[in-house]
Amino acid sequence: MVEVYLNGRFVGDVENAKEFTDRIKQDRRSGALSSEVNVYFDGALNQVQVESSRGRCRRPLIVVRDGMPLLTDRHVKQLQKGEASWSDLIAQGVVEFLDAGEEENSLIAFSDQEITPEHTHLEISPLAMLGVVTSLIPYGDYIQSARLIIGSRNLKQSLGMYASNFSLRMDMDVNLLHYPQMPLVQTVMHELSEYAAHPSGQNIVVAILSYKGYNMEDAVIINKGSIERGFGRSTYFRPAVTEELRYSGGLMDTIGTPDKDVKGYKSERDYRLLEDDGIVHPEAVVKEEDVIIGKTSPPRFLSNLEEYSLASNIRRESSVSLRHGEEGVVDFIAITENEEGNKLVQVRLRDQRIPEIGDKFVSRHGQKGVVGLIVPESDMPFTASGVKPDLLFSPHGIPSRMTISHLIELIGGKTAALSGRMIDGTTFSAEPEAAIRKELCALGFNEAGTETMYNGVTGEVFEAKIYVGEMYYLKLKHMVANKIHSRARGPIQLLTRQPTEGRAKEGGLRLGEMEKDTFVAHGASLLLKERFDSDRTIVPVCEGCGVIAIYDTLKDKRYCPMCGENVEINDIEISYAFKLILDEFKSLGIYPKLQLKSKY
Amino acid sequence: MHKDLEEYSGKLPLKLLQEIEEICPAGKIKKVVKKVYDEYVIAQIDAGEAVGLIGAESIGEPGTQMTLNTFHYAGVAEMNVTMGLPRIIEILDGRKSISTPQMEIFLNSPYNKGEGIRELAMQIKETKLNELVLEYGLNIIDMKIELKLNAPKMKELELTASSVVKAIEKALANEAQIKNEGDMLTFKLKEKDDSKGLNALYRLKEKSKELYVKGIKGVSQVLPVKRKDEFIIITAGSNLKKLFELDFVDTTRTTTNDVHEISEVLGIEAARQAIIDEVFKVIETQGLNVDIRHIMLVADTMTVSGEIKGITRYGVVSEKASVLARASFETPIKHVINAALKGEVDYLNSVVENVMLNQTVPVGTGLPGLVSKKSNEKSVEKVNE
Repeated sequence: MVEVYLNGRFVGDVENAKEFTDRIKQDRRSGALSSEVNVYFDGALNQVQVESSRGRCRRPLIVVRDGMPLLTDRHVKQLQKGEASWSDLIAQGVVEFLDAGEEENSLIAFSDQEITPEHTHLEISPLAMLGVVTSLIPYGDYIQSARLIIGSRNLKQSLGMYASNFSLRMDMDVNLLHYPQMPLVQTVMHELSEYAAHPSGQNIVVAILSYKGYNMEDAVIINKGSIERGFGRSTYFRPAVTEELRYSGGLMDTIGTPDKDVKGYKSERDYRLLEDDGIVHPEAVVKEEDVIIGKTSPPRFLSNLEEYSLASNIRRESSVSLRHGEEGVVDFIAITENEEGNKLVQVRLRDQRIPEIGDKFVSRHGQKGVVGLIVPESDMPFTASGVKPDLLFSPHGIPSRMTISHLIELIGGKTAALSGRMIDGTTFSAEPEAAIRKELCALGFNEAGTETMYNGVTGEVFEAKIYVGEMYYLKLKHMVANKIHSRARGPIQLLTRQPTEGRAKEGGLRLGEMEKDTFVAHGASLLLKERFDSDRTIVPVCEGCGVIAIYDTLKDKRYCPMCGENVEINDIEISYAFKLILDEFKSLGIYPKLQLKSKY
Repeated sequence: MHKDLEEYSGKLPLKLLQEIEEICPAGKIKKVVKKVYDEYVIAQIDAGEAVGLIGAESIGEPGTQMTLNTFHYAGVAEMNVTMGLPRIIEILDGRKSISTPQMEIFLNSPYNKGEGIRELAMQIKETKLNELVLEYGLNIIDMKIELKLNAPKMKELELTASSVVKAIEKALANEAQIKNEGDMLTFKLKEKDDSKGLNALYRLKEKSKELYVKGIKGVSQVLPVKRKDEFIIITAGSNLKKLFELDFVDTTRTTTNDVHEISEVLGIEAARQAIIDEVFKVIETQGLNVDIRHIMLVADTMTVSGEIKGITRYGVVSEKASVLARASFETPIKHVINAALKGEVDYLNSVVENVMLNQTVPVGTGLPGLVSKKSNEKSVEKVNE
């Protein structure tokens, strides 16, 4: 007796599990049952699980009966002619979807050569073991798996044509690559995923060559001429959004150029780009700290005193302005209403990003590189036929990473460019490397893919033959312009008087605990004191009671709130953080008494 | 002592002076000792060097490269020893009970040739009653336990039934009467309380399993090993005090990896050396290179007080004079509250407190001070810190 569960709920028993499950499978294939039903016999628990619920991960497989796959040449032909479709195959029971449970009861052949009478299913394509993004990498069966994963992660971060209606959209923080191209070395997934509608890279000439050492340690050198011709050029869009909020008491925000008597009024210059409605005009060139949308808000708290005074009606400045270090052009403005019916203003800023030192470029094989040098085209090495590479990639990046597919794509791209046809690099069913080399040889090039190259500055021949060819390179969204940061002086935190943290707040770079230790280890005591001077304060201390005293600037007098004026009060220099901890002690009821003495 | 050496006594360590006297021809001693003294002065650490911090960095940085793997001996009789980072933490924390105590027993001359070493090892190994018993029989009617002893094993261990009885008699004196017939032992429960008879009987059986019969308490495993050209015994479990009572043990070379035990049996100086040796051994087996002086400094700070103190908030750190320094290292609230209750004074004499206050730390360039008199003023003016 075998228990039967439907979607995890007990429904009854059957005598023969095999007979029962076979019957369900047969009915599913014939169409008597929904194709979404799966059945699984668990021998250990002696249970049959029938599943029809949602949320199960299922995958399609070709059904095999008596050692023969049900999918025949006839089906393939019909599919190619468009006479049959995918759903027809499922309706005929040629292809079916299995869930994780039913997979346990199946024996799936990887290829049709290895089918035995025991097999129940056949894999449609070995490519199915890879995801959509990973299938976009050519020659994925010639690369270390870890690098393949890095490669597919890089693809997700690459700039491209993310949506063709980008000009009408208000996306947050998006990039658009100018002149995107389809790769020369493709996979079937490029066609299946309609990659042509959203390409995200460019085919460039790559030479595996070191040049003045500027491509050491995952750096790349870029040809300035290539950049000027549009390589890696992109646009960065960033919207600025604000709305007129309603507050209690009928008060609300107003979008418009603030009056001069508004609390927190910036300067007239900052508001210069605003039009009468308080919003910048399109195509205005904006720099850091410029106001994009002018807005004022009602005062936050009304204290009793202010309520009756004339100054009570002073509004607060709450405009949207560009942050420190930002710049761009106003691209598009939308004025609408939000769900609550408040006025909503969205401004999209556009900023052209030309490749510069520090931008990140990758091939599809997990071979990242940061631009280390931009070389004038005249100084670039060149081949005998006069070709100048767009990018120089260091040869030291290859041996330890074992990205053979990177090398194959290079000659594949070269052959494609010379022959004028695309190369198929689909993982597990790619054009063989030997055939590509043969074709390259027939086109009049060295079949090794190497060429004689000349020093671009002196014109001398390089002793070694250089491996050059075309590759599909991606520009990643990590650009220096979004990350560069430095500070000499700037904002401090209110509580501790120490510098703020992070680029967004124009913060300082923390000299932490362990960094401090290195100063002490060197005995650089005075230097350490100077480095930690950021929150230095001078406070008067009463020698009578040992608590911080008061300095009255107007009278130029020091006095102690407890001991009065007739005590000795001396100034000491301490960090503000220490003053703060003394105050915290006091709030805990601990009396931190300072005993002063001359240091000498 | 040579007269030329005498003037340096106190200036140079005794060991160095002795070495010079030993090696040097008498005529050249004066010149040599002068040279040695000069070199000795140069080799000394300058005042104001942040010795502790440099030590901490020098041990801590290679520590990040250490693997957490414990080391395994290959072979039949495997003995597992904690190594790597966990071991270093264990030593420096000054733990009372370590995870794998171990002794290396050196033997006196006739015994270390390897003959009869197995027998010696068996003498050292702790034997519990359980190991000698083949079968337990619970007689519920008469309230007694019948134990069948393993005769060949007893023979191997040079034990007789009566000697076993003698060994366990004392431990069971309150609970049971022991009888012995051939290789059968009978424990008869002393009937004080009949009500929980069966439970008591069962408890007696469980207790008797753990009874000590022979050997050294705590030594659970013995392994004779050939080291260079003598045989030694490595043990799992450690008990130096009892071991030193055996006459075949070479007490001058026998060691344990339990630092606290060394401190108890051999004294604090030996414990200091043991800490150094144990830490250095770990660092060495990990293929790292740390100057032994850093470890010596750590061992010194752990043992100065005369007992072993770990580098923890209960050990060395709790000894710090400064409230602020203690509070900056773990459990600040506890230290601040206790200091407030006692009215402690912090004299700001060490590094951490001064970093907090943003004063110059009394190390390196922050150490020297300079006082000078200005000609036109009576008072002493501050010129330099």
